[in-house]
Amino acid sequence: MKLLSALAASVFALAIWQGIVSLTGLPKFILPGPALVAETWWQNRWVIAEHTWVTAVEVVIGFACGTVLGVVTALQLANSRVARVLIQPMLVFTQALPVFALAPLLTLWLGYGLWSKVAMAVLIIYFPITSSFFDGLMRTPSGYLDLARTMQASPRAVLWHIRVPAALPSLASGMRLAAVYAPIGAVIGEWVGSSQGLGYLMLLANGRAKTDLMFAAMLTLGVFSILLHLIVRRATARIAGETR
Amino acid sequence: MILAPDLTISGSAAIGDATLFAPLILTLSAGQWTCLLGGSGVGKTTILRLIAGLETGAEFTGQITASDGQSVRERVAYMAQDDLLLPWASVAQNVTLGARLRGEKPDLDRRDRLIEGMRLLDHMDKKPGELSGGQRQRVALARTLMENRPIVLLDEPFSALDARTRADMQDLAAEALQGRTVLLVTHDPGEAARLGQSIVVMAQTGITPCQPPHAPAPRKVDDLETLETQGALLRLLREEAA
Repeated sequence: MKLLSALAASVFALAIWQGIVSLTGLPKFILPGPALVAETWWQNRWVIAEHTWVTAVEVVIGFACGTVLGVVTALQLANSRVARVLIQPMLVFTQALPVFALAPLLTLWLGYGLWSKVAMAVLIIYFPITSSFFDGLMRTPSGYLDLARTMQASPRAVLWHIRVPAALPSLASGMRLAAVYAPIGAVIGEWVGSSQGLGYLMLLANGRAKTDLMFAAMLTLGVFSILLHLIVRRATARIAGETR
Repeated sequence: MILAPDLTISGSAAIGDATLFAPLILTLSAGQWTCLLGGSGVGKTTILRLIAGLETGAEFTGQITASDGQSVRERVAYMAQDDLLLPWASVAQNVTLGARLRGEKPDLDRRDRLIEGMRLLDHMDKKPGELSGGQRQRVALARTLMENRPIVLLDEPFSALDARTRADMQDLAAEALQGRTVLLVTHDPGEAARLGQSIVVMAQTGITPCQPPHAPAPRKVDDLETLETQGALLRLLREEAA
């Protein structure tokens, strides 16, 4: 049923796309139709696969590092008032900066290779992970804390036995959001400076007016992001479900 | 059996400039059930939370002392209207929560005995979400007993249950908590009349001790004197509120 509705939605989207192409009669270097994009995708499948692999590695490493960093930061923030005073404003401030503007800097610092893209993905998901987990940690139902208090629990024990498990569903929703953001971060990094990856391929295809290839790369990225989201969703179902 | 002390609370509480309750002296007799009965907002829960050493939002002036001179808040077990079971932990894990929080090794034999006593043996490994409201409160009671404290503070623990389950829980709790100094905060005159070995009605103006029925607690639900006491308590509550 779920699969069927996803299929129906895809067919519907393709129909609209094809409809616009047929009705407007736009040249294919402006807006290629779905059939042409599919053909181009098939012809270039090995090139696309190669670049997808590069982006995938960046995204997965970035996702893992960003999640670990976010979890550690949230725990520190929840644990210490000093950390909240010192770190929290900085966290919010970094979110006010356009990440795009930082991309050239990261390339300057970390080079053209893998790590500048990983750093970009980390930067983009760090905040949603940190803030969702931190929110969860600070919103422990007060009744649990009262009970723990009458049981003479140490703050550390309360954190591990009550606050962290109670906050896991929040962390799960942060991770699901991050799964969609991380590929965007990696691609921004690739746009600014790289010689491989889907972002690079898109830029290259666009520059050569190969709009069909650009579309093929973009759709591949979209499908990859959705897959990642589904995998993370499945992986976090347990911590989100068991704790509710 | 652990030796339960008398408890005395004397003092007054205010929230900002507004008086929550005027100076009062409340004594909980050792090893007895004291029912603190009152309407909403008279500060009865505040008294219970003060004894437990929990945040109240009110400023308390006075003192809380035990007859044996030892600290009070380290010897209380607490049970609230919300069962406060951790949804991610099994029944067995919830019952031993206190030991886990203190980093102690829980007494598993005792845990099993208590779970059996609460007729929960078949549910040991279930999550609280799979249990009924009455079963959940029985788990909470087992967790409270597991703490094995001489002073037990009950904050309307049965008020969310249906009438039959509530009566069952009252019987079960009365039996299980025998010999401990129990404070039961409630707004239900019937509950106070069934369970109180000493009954105190609380209002903004102060507290009024009332005569409990003569039969030993828990009293039968259709015991005449108990029903009369219930009526008298309700009348008193209404007069106090007027």
